[in-house]
Amino acid sequence: MVHRFSRVIILFLIIAAALCTAGVAIAQHDAHEAAPAVAASAPEHGDAHAPGAVPAAPASTTPWWIWPLSLFVVTFILGILAVLGGVGGGVLFVPIVGGFFPFNIDFVRGAGLLVALAGALAAGPGLLKRNLASLRLALPVALIASAAAIVGAMIGLALKPNVINTLLGATILFIVFIMAIAKKSDFPVVPKPDTLSQSLGIMGIYREESLGKDVEWTVHKTPMALALFIVIGIMAGMFGLGAGWANVPVLNLMMGAPLKISVATSKFLLSITDTSAAWVYLNQGAVLPMIVVPSLVGIMLGSIIGVKILAKSKPKAIKWMVIGLLLFAGLRSLLKGLEIWK
Amino acid sequence: MANEKTKASEEQMAYAGVLNIGMWSGLALLIVTFFVYISGVLPTFVKINELPKYWTMRVHDFNAALHAPTGWGWAPLIGNGDYLNFVGIAILSGLTILCYLVILPILVRKKDTAYVVIAIAEVLVLSLAASGLLKVGGH
Repeated sequence: MVHRFSRVIILFLIIAAALCTAGVAIAQHDAHEAAPAVAASAPEHGDAHAPGAVPAAPASTTPWWIWPLSLFVVTFILGILAVLGGVGGGVLFVPIVGGFFPFNIDFVRGAGLLVALAGALAAGPGLLKRNLASLRLALPVALIASAAAIVGAMIGLALKPNVINTLLGATILFIVFIMAIAKKSDFPVVPKPDTLSQSLGIMGIYREESLGKDVEWTVHKTPMALALFIVIGIMAGMFGLGAGWANVPVLNLMMGAPLKISVATSKFLLSITDTSAAWVYLNQGAVLPMIVVPSLVGIMLGSIIGVKILAKSKPKAIKWMVIGLLLFAGLRSLLKGLEIWK
Repeated sequence: MANEKTKASEEQMAYAGVLNIGMWSGLALLIVTFFVYISGVLPTFVKINELPKYWTMRVHDFNAALHAPTGWGWAPLIGNGDYLNFVGIAILSGLTILCYLVILPILVRKKDTAYVVIAIAEVLVLSLAASGLLKVGGH
């Protein structure tokens, strides 16, 4: 019964995703083909003919509301898939919306950061109150990652779109590789906490309900992990991806925090890392409410539905479906960047 | 059952409390202001039906073509439906700074010097990002 239910859900998601992709592709084609002779008129405050100004794209016959509506539907599905596949919304959002919607990658990355930020902010209070996300573990890491994310955001906004798309595609393919091979450890063994983690008091104790007992934890290899968070922060800011895909392996496999603590702290950590990068995008004007709000609401509603479906789904099948989706989106981004698949 | 040992620390609970209220307030405001925006009740900086002509541009070109504000230049424009949405976005983006400021006195009281320094440094980093002082060159 449960298997049949999950098969129906997967079938539904595949059909919905196919319909949305087709709809977006048709609308995009229409946008490119439509009325090239129509002169672009500047909006009331704009002046497309001002010195240094860039002329606007030709007018499209696609009504404006198609785009936020399509975004809402696509991000709703992405929200479901993100929960079922155990990934953050941002990592699916940026390559898929960047690859298949007409928005410039600058605005997609700005929206991606805010989508990841909102998800992290929403999850943060519950995770902190239940003592699954650890403030003592998160704060030193967040300082490094958020400073690096500012640098990443500035680099990302300065690079050319084809360079960004190529690097984004390569990163997504790397994430696919990590997702496919990475092992996780529920309770890693930490032989001896390192000096830095001891002096910062990075340790804790939480109730493991599945075992019915309290679990004490501590961490090691903190300096090496902090160095890695510089790279993670730069990538998060540069691509607007969120960084749960990298945070969890470092916290869990390298530092030795229990899996639940790693996942929860990683989610909370995004609320700080993405904040710094989001401000850079916001201050540069790379945030369009017409893209951000439907995406944010879509992905949050999808996540709520995803949590409900999670109990009745086959996680392994969904995980491979998400990997397939990311592989496709990563290839699309890479080939778009290399100008092979425009 | 959670016992004393497994309970979250005082600063962690304080952080969670502020985050919870701020998150839902910001999100609710963002959704309300978006409906105000698309309903056309307020004027917009960029006409909604002309937006698709501009969102394909790089952000530097978008700003140049529309003379769109950067930094905090959006704040005086919140009378426009599109920039009104930035209030909710700024609340969500600024919430973390507020959370750090709330836990700072607790850390000071506990004489947790290392984390006081970390929290102050984080507030400075996030404030620098939020200040609009960091400029990204065009290309």
